[in-house]
Amino acid sequence: MKYLRQFMIILLVSFVGELLKYAIPLPVPASIYGLVILFILLETGVLKLDAVKDTAIFLIEIMPLMFIPAGVGLIESWGDLSSMLVEVTVITVVSTVLVMGVSGKVTELVLKHSARKKGETKDE
Amino acid sequence: MNDVMLESLFFGVLVSCVTYELGGWLRKKTKISLINPLLFSIIAVIAVLLACNIDYDTYYNGAKYLSYLLTPATVCLAVPLYQQVELLKKNVVAILAGILSGALTSVTCVLVLAMIFHFSHDQYVTLLPKSITTAIGMGVSEELGGFVTITVAVIIITVILGNIIAEYVCKLFHITDPIAKGIGIGSASHAIGTAKAMEMGEIEGAMSSLSIAVSGIITVVLAAVYAGLY
Repeated sequence: MKYLRQFMIILLVSFVGELLKYAIPLPVPASIYGLVILFILLETGVLKLDAVKDTAIFLIEIMPLMFIPAGVGLIESWGDLSSMLVEVTVITVVSTVLVMGVSGKVTELVLKHSARKKGETKDE
Repeated sequence: MNDVMLESLFFGVLVSCVTYELGGWLRKKTKISLINPLLFSIIAVIAVLLACNIDYDTYYNGAKYLSYLLTPATVCLAVPLYQQVELLKKNVVAILAGILSGALTSVTCVLVLAMIFHFSHDQYVTLLPKSITTAIGMGVSEELGGFVTITVAVIIITVILGNIIAEYVCKLFHITDPIAKGIGIGSASHAIGTAKAMEMGEIEGAMSSLSIAVSGIITVVLAAVYAGLY
């Protein structure tokens, strides 16, 4: 019964996410509303972690499998992709390297900066 | 063949699971990190469908139940986010600055290159959510009117590439802090990159999975703004 109850809570949050998506005219997927709702429920203590944990970890673990049908759907849309294959490849390589480098470097610089600040206040 | 398969609700899910397991097994056996179970499974399923002359619709008739779980699974990303909230609070400024700069770099990069390549608006919004987790990226692409299947393909290619190049990029940019490594890898290549970050260390993995959710949420807003720019 434990898994059924946990799955039920997750589905309920997902459903409320769908309702919000319907009510709010923004290009935000229902899943994001659900994610925020579940986080707030956990953070405020309304929901205990144990009430969803096992099923949540299972679902996150098998998440890659859920992308297979969409990926296989490529055979349906190959015509659209093949016409922009070179461009897509260039954009993917350039942006992936830049995003990883920039966000990592910025994080590191800010971390170092705040660590130095803390050091200075200690010296005083 | 199609007649029997048309009746089957389980063929689609079964062939997806079997090929995914096979991909994971091959990766372990050969120790080639280039073999990605997800990519392997997609290629193998396509091969099976083509070889047996089965329509995509027939396959999807069963496989759609896998996609059905995407929304609840994404909602569940709130759990690791909640578990790592202390580490997040302690370094909140650096982490948010890193993720925000990553998300900005991603959409700006796509905008500039889309202009250079003279993309149509539909092609442009298809690639906008390319650096975020597939579940959110699919939703954003759909909402903005992109080609969802191409978005998914590009996200998957991005993730696999990120997995392979993670260590080299960290060296190239001289990133040594474990939190910074995790944020960089997570921002660029989320779920499957996170697996790579987990290999590099616990903090790297934790930070990487944190940035999946945060980067996704930031990009939802950024993509909506950037969609109006081109």
